Amino acid sequence: MIRKLTFAAALLAATAMTGMANAKTLVYCSEASPAGFDPSPWSGGNDFDASSRTIYSRLVEFDHGKTTISPGLAESWTVSDDGLEYTFKLKSGVKFQTTDYFTPTRDLNAEDVKFSFERQWKKENPWFEYLPGTGWEYFAGMGFPDLLKEIVVVDPLTVKFVLNKPEVAFLPDLGMDFASIVSKEYADSLEKAGTKELFTQKPIGTGPFQFVDYQVDAVIRYAAWDGYFGGRQKIDDLIFAITPDPAVRAQKLKAGECHIMSYPAPADIAGLQADENLKVDEQEGLNIGYLAYNTTQAPFDKVEVRKALNMAVNKQAIIDAVYQGAGQVAKNPIPPTMWSYNDAIKDDEYNPEEAKKMLDASGVKDLSMKIWAMPVSRPYNPNAQRVAELIQADYAKVGVKAEIVSYEWTEYRERGKAKDRDGAFQLGWTGDNGDPDNFLFLLGCDAIGQSNYAIWCNDEFQKLLLAGKATTDVAERTKIYEEAQAVFKREAPWLTIAHSKVFMPMSKKVSGFAMDPLGIHRFDGVDIAE
Amino acid sequence: MLRYILHKLALIVPTVFGISLAAFAFVRLLPGDPILAMAGERGVSPERYQELIVRFGYDQPIWMQYLNYIGNVLTGDFGISIATKRPVIGEFSALFPATLELATVAMIIAVLVGIPAGIFAAVKRGSVFDQATMGVALTGYSMPIFWWGLLLIIFFSGYLGWTPVSGRIGLQYFFKPVTGFMLIDSLLSGKSGAFASAVSHLILPSIVLATIPLAVIARQTRSAMLEVLGEDYVRTARAKGLSPRRVIGLHAFRNALIPVVTTIGLQVGTLMAGAILTETIFSWPGIGKWMIDSIGKRDYVAVQSGLLLIALIVMAVNLVVDLLYAVINPRIRVQ
Repeated sequence: MIRKLTFAAALLAATAMTGMANAKTLVYCSEASPAGFDPSPWSGGNDFDASSRTIYSRLVEFDHGKTTISPGLAESWTVSDDGLEYTFKLKSGVKFQTTDYFTPTRDLNAEDVKFSFERQWKKENPWFEYLPGTGWEYFAGMGFPDLLKEIVVVDPLTVKFVLNKPEVAFLPDLGMDFASIVSKEYADSLEKAGTKELFTQKPIGTGPFQFVDYQVDAVIRYAAWDGYFGGRQKIDDLIFAITPDPAVRAQKLKAGECHIMSYPAPADIAGLQADENLKVDEQEGLNIGYLAYNTTQAPFDKVEVRKALNMAVNKQAIIDAVYQGAGQVAKNPIPPTMWSYNDAIKDDEYNPEEAKKMLDASGVKDLSMKIWAMPVSRPYNPNAQRVAELIQADYAKVGVKAEIVSYEWTEYRERGKAKDRDGAFQLGWTGDNGDPDNFLFLLGCDAIGQSNYAIWCNDEFQKLLLAGKATTDVAERTKIYEEAQAVFKREAPWLTIAHSKVFMPMSKKVSGFAMDPLGIHRFDGVDIAE
Repeated sequence: MLRYILHKLALIVPTVFGISLAAFAFVRLLPGDPILAMAGERGVSPERYQELIVRFGYDQPIWMQYLNYIGNVLTGDFGISIATKRPVIGEFSALFPATLELATVAMIIAVLVGIPAGIFAAVKRGSVFDQATMGVALTGYSMPIFWWGLLLIIFFSGYLGWTPVSGRIGLQYFFKPVTGFMLIDSLLSGKSGAFASAVSHLILPSIVLATIPLAVIARQTRSAMLEVLGEDYVRTARAKGLSPRRVIGLHAFRNALIPVVTTIGLQVGTLMAGAILTETIFSWPGIGKWMIDSIGKRDYVAVQSGLLLIALIVMAVNLVVDLLYAVINPRIRVQ
């Protein structure tokens, strides 16, 4: 039996090698199936990896591994003095992919850009509801329906966006996945044929890879797009092997069944680092895990009480025990890799005696409260239950009795938004576009009832937030946000817990992969040694 | 016989309605809803939320939603998945062959190993073999599938390198599915090595999925055999001087088979439940994994229709088992 199996394995290995020898193939063990290949209706990271970052391109692109932007499909742009008009000059000769299901007759033009946004925006657009119940959540979530006034095709290679109000993050927003540019010609041909649903099943874009095949929940296949305007990729074939369990992904990587994997379990990292065929890249995540007090409820409406509770918690112990070293103590609401991070801020020091004194001084005695713990593991907080237990133990040392509560994930967030919520609420945030406002808006007055779980509305902070959005001058904005972080620290609406690290284990044969601070997995520019 | 079949069929109608109602209610009893699940951490404004609730028709009274749903189901329309916007029946039928293939192989293993093990344990009652078999069966029955699957992967795929870690076939084999059954499609593809690759990918998941049914079948066979072996007609057969093989194989086993076949039929439900975990561990693209994903996304349409379709299949299998039962045991036909 053993001999037979070994023979079968040898046979397999031999056939595998002959099959793969002709083309350079990169296999990525991804964590989940994409909902579809249209880059705009969905909002999961795995949806973006499989659609927007492989098949499509945008007017501007985030630089590899950074949050700064560079020209993408747009060669250049101008912004009007009032910040209300952005005019983009498109690169000429950008080709849409030619596949066995579509052959484009023309290059990219301004109509494609207009169409890419209007289909998500205008209810009368025939593509607005081409998938039943499409919400275009990301487009709506970034405030585009209120922001956009008009999109004008100036000439075939010039397109102008007219806004209702200035928006400093408009350019980075256009680098986001939902802003990917799709082919109007392809859409028209499907509409004519009455097969609109194919738009998300058989995608056509201008990106580095073209779609080949998708076996639901199993394998996605791409091939390098020969006509890619950024130059043909070094690898010929890109395969996503969908593998939901992180321990199984790690085993597949070790066994050579894939070359690179997403989201390893913290417990597997040491084993992967020890494997001589593998390397494990790491990066500070563009995220924050926090505990938000309900600043409208006594006694948490008092700054001294919030400060005292912050000082009662040993954050380093949380990093060591829960993040297993894969994180760092957070002092600001934005991560250190973000521009305008204020490193001069001094964190509330861990000092239980002082904390107890402060609580006594503010007249708080026998405080009992709730600590909310998310039921799921997130990049910014791998185990909220455990974090809650550690905080509970720290609070006990200063005489505060805490009860841990948790609910099902969507229910948890809904209940957390209630203005009369009882207790301090754990959550976190991962950045979308590398702009500080994309983090600080979580604490804005407008976000109460949505993403402001501290239910905190501070005039001084709010003014700074608005001032930061009113100018495009980076130096000036940096100053404003540094000040905003100082106000935040002084007022302590959150206990800032941690910024986590993100790991990316891969075969040593892989080169050119840059970890992305926005959590995207990009395979353009990646190579693999034979 | 015809009356027997009609009687069984008549029982299915109220059961299907009951299940459709239960599936419909179950997914709505879960906290959260599809719109919140879709919005994720970014959240959704109350106005937008209300707009989407109306668009999906979730503002209607619940009984009306059910009537609409069941009305559509009766015309063969199982709805469109909220998460992927594809017809549920299309997704289900694309994924079901993978589950069926895995479940069939697992069931074959369970029957081919479980029944002989049970017979030998009964014949050699009290022996070391009996004790060992029943001990192993009990362990198999109590094994957590997730842990067992990972253990096998780590040992056979990771440490020994004998079997692939997960998936249905080596990634170098790329062909369009014809039947959806990888064993058949790999043969039809005509690519050398494809069939061997498909078989090697099936080994671990089917062993994991077969474990619990195998244990149940072995134990059931043993106790049914023990009961039959004490019957008068077996003693008579022995007294007539028939060979032990003939006594056990023909007289005892045929009679012991009736409860065993019932057990096998009931194990189809267990296989479906086991498939959920097995498919998740082995990245097996079947309906078990799809159901889990759909529940996570609160995809009401996919969950209620998926549950109904699975229930229909389990009921169909049980109907076949009932008919088989009548074939094995003529007394039932007469009753």
